[in-house]
Amino acid sequence: MSDVILEMRNITKTFPGVKALDNVSFSVSQGEIHALVGENGAGKSTLMKVLSGVYPHGSYSGDIYFKGKECRFRDITESEEVGLVIIHQELALIPFLSIAENLFLGNERAKNGVIDWNESISKTKELLDRVGLHESPNTLITNMGVGKQQLVEIAKALAKKVQLLILDEPTASLNESDSEKLLELLLQFKAHGISSILISHKLSEVSKVADSITILRDGATIETLDCRKDNITEDRIIRGMVGRDLTHRFPPRESKIGETIFEVRDWNVYHPLHEDRKVSTNVNITVRKGEVVGLSGLMGAGRTELAMSIFGHAYGTRISGKAYKHGKEIDISTIDKAISNGIAYATEDRKAYGLVLIEQIKDNITLANLEEVSDGGVINEPKEMTVTTEYRDKLNIKCSSILQLALNLSGGNQQKVVLSKWLFAGPEILILDEPTRGIDVGAKYEIYTIINRLASEGKGIILISSELPEILGVCDRIYVMREGKIVGEMPASEASQEKVMKYIMTQQEVVEQ
Amino acid sequence: MKTLSTLFKNNVREYGMLIALIVIMMFFQYQTDGILMKPVNITNLVLQNSYIIIMALGMLLIIVAGWIDLSVGSVAAFVGAIAAVLMVNYHVNWGVTMLVSLLVGALVGAFQGYWVAYVKIPAFIVTLAGMLIFRGLTLVMLQGEAVGPFPTQFQKLSSGFIPDFFHYKGFHVTTILIGILLSTLLIVLDMRARKNQQKYGFEVTPFYFFVIKNIAITAAVMGLCYLMASYKGLPNVLVILFLLITFYAFITSQTVLGRRIYAMGGNEKAARLSGVNTPRLLFYTFVNMGVLAALAGMIVAARLNTATPKAGVGFELDVIAACFIGGASASGGIGKVVGAVVGAFLIGVMNNGMSILGIGIDWQQAIKGLVLLLAVFFDVYNKNKNV
Repeated sequence: MSDVILEMRNITKTFPGVKALDNVSFSVSQGEIHALVGENGAGKSTLMKVLSGVYPHGSYSGDIYFKGKECRFRDITESEEVGLVIIHQELALIPFLSIAENLFLGNERAKNGVIDWNESISKTKELLDRVGLHESPNTLITNMGVGKQQLVEIAKALAKKVQLLILDEPTASLNESDSEKLLELLLQFKAHGISSILISHKLSEVSKVADSITILRDGATIETLDCRKDNITEDRIIRGMVGRDLTHRFPPRESKIGETIFEVRDWNVYHPLHEDRKVSTNVNITVRKGEVVGLSGLMGAGRTELAMSIFGHAYGTRISGKAYKHGKEIDISTIDKAISNGIAYATEDRKAYGLVLIEQIKDNITLANLEEVSDGGVINEPKEMTVTTEYRDKLNIKCSSILQLALNLSGGNQQKVVLSKWLFAGPEILILDEPTRGIDVGAKYEIYTIINRLASEGKGIILISSELPEILGVCDRIYVMREGKIVGEMPASEASQEKVMKYIMTQQEVVEQ
Repeated sequence: MKTLSTLFKNNVREYGMLIALIVIMMFFQYQTDGILMKPVNITNLVLQNSYIIIMALGMLLIIVAGWIDLSVGSVAAFVGAIAAVLMVNYHVNWGVTMLVSLLVGALVGAFQGYWVAYVKIPAFIVTLAGMLIFRGLTLVMLQGEAVGPFPTQFQKLSSGFIPDFFHYKGFHVTTILIGILLSTLLIVLDMRARKNQQKYGFEVTPFYFFVIKNIAITAAVMGLCYLMASYKGLPNVLVILFLLITFYAFITSQTVLGRRIYAMGGNEKAARLSGVNTPRLLFYTFVNMGVLAALAGMIVAARLNTATPKAGVGFELDVIAACFIGGASASGGIGKVVGAVVGAFLIGVMNNGMSILGIGIDWQQAIKGLVLLLAVFFDVYNKNKNV
């Protein structure tokens, strides 16, 4: 069993300004299920992208050996040729093609460019049998549930003669029984000698099926645990995932917390497309003056959906529940109304939702509050210049001029433009969704300083973050969300990473101690 | 201070098109032995292209918003037909007719805008349908025949000239006065803008460039006015055009409304999350297009003094081409009113010049197509070079 099938040595991968992987080594034995765990942003997906050739040879340093041979993949096709297949979190199937068409996409059973449908269909049936999916090969992907689609992805991998299967969060969007089925399948493959790398946040699954577990943290390998020898508990894994020094990463702050300024009661939201799927269930949250409230949870826990539904019903349908500001009920049914009621929402995806990239910094900053810099619908340009220059200086946006396009700024500075926009809108409640995602440590510190200053000015802040240290380092109080529900609430003084992680990970409700 | 070369590099798009226009004009001026710039031909050029420019103003907003409108030619014909039937068959007063026509244009725009903005059907499909619908309705209205002639007041919309208050024989003094007034105004405005820029510490163009620029603009304005004055004075259409261009240039660059349209076209989601009611804004952009198409339709009808079932065929192509030649981006968020106007003039001068030279419609189309492709290639090339 100890034959090493894959070995990655001293992998280092840097993005402009960020070291995503730092000297990572990782190896997988023949016929094992190897789990790769770590917080969001720990570098798991980056490592797998290096492995599968998404980041081609030369864009990283270090060596990859697969079955003893050195590999220098230039793209995914090359890695798939040797039997390395990755299944991404977002499924890559074409919805309006059939199972058979999807299975052999790019790998068609054809003679001289003419598809041999008989062979395609019979091969498809064979592969579907192997993954235990009883569907007609002609079924369209769009008519299948996510669980079955996942199985089609795996069948597709089998069609490519997979030797090492990489699954990135395969059960994130699956229900209990589908997840169970999938894990069974992995065990079956193992018996047939196919190794798998399983990236998962669900530690219960990991400890159930994994033969060994490698923990990544901040782009470095922390340790590899062998589950065959020792009994590894979830707590043990969590300790490895979070154990890190917290000093000096967050500016100090004295909290001056006042009365409740914002409250959401019995908030229910349904999915905009699947109208029977609830994305927020009976959520109650309060924010006090000068308080930073953390909203913790995994990706997909429903935090962004909750925040956007509060922000003028920007997400979801059939929204019910009430919102109060200073004890008085307010109407937040449109974004315009939410803004004029003093709510601001800085999105997690600043490029897609936060900025008009092809416009100037100036235009972006004033976009949400153009009334303030205009008289009777005509923009007062001198005033606009003065205001935006003020924000540039206050938030230390590094740019050649406020007339520079937002496109040409670094991530951290783009984030500051988004923050400027919302500060200029003059909100009392600010919802910040992953404000430090993808920006470097120095800029993070600046963002934290801004958050502290806003709190000391008496604003109420809801901070959504997937980074636990950030939640613990910045917030006064923490809510934990899972599957659209608030499953825990605690003051930051009583919180620890282990405690929050337990709420996040544990499938059954934690009883309040 | 910026040097001239960096200034040109930063504005290569705007200056490039202007220079292209001047070069093409000079080329035809030479090739046609000076016919192109004769007062009567300049007047013709303006009349022939006025409706393209008017519709390009509305089209530019739609393209900046991220969409397209294929129906404008049919809508112009449809409104022209309504105006004709009202005046000729029902003897409705010409003023009332014009108001009703503009209203019909607004309704047509609202109809199409509703499908695009609220039902979220892509504008390409909606306006392709509109193109067929309103062409068909034009035929229905006119019952397949040309309807005319119109009352003289209505014809004046297109063929009239502004009155002269001085009655100097053979020379239109009012036109020259307007020219002087306009030149002075432009210089004052430019000086104020420059002062403002300096006040906020922005780099300004070198002073000599500023002087040269203003001399050039003054020369162009006065030259045009002189040519017009030595014919019959300023055509009414040119005055309408000037007012519209000024109005839309102002809307797009100086107002909240304009800023929001650009933001919507640049990133619809970000604009919506910043509190911009994007569906409503898009809806009104189409209403605006409808009104401008209606105005263009009336001018076309007035010029020919009949409404014909074939009026406005292919206009949409010239209008859209004008916007893209003028630097608008097909993916939205980028484009200037002045660019679209220059683009429209470029097409107009080519149409006119090639017609004078006796080049057939077949080659005219092919050449126009190539110019469009070249202009956009120039854009793409510049963009890639700057990255």
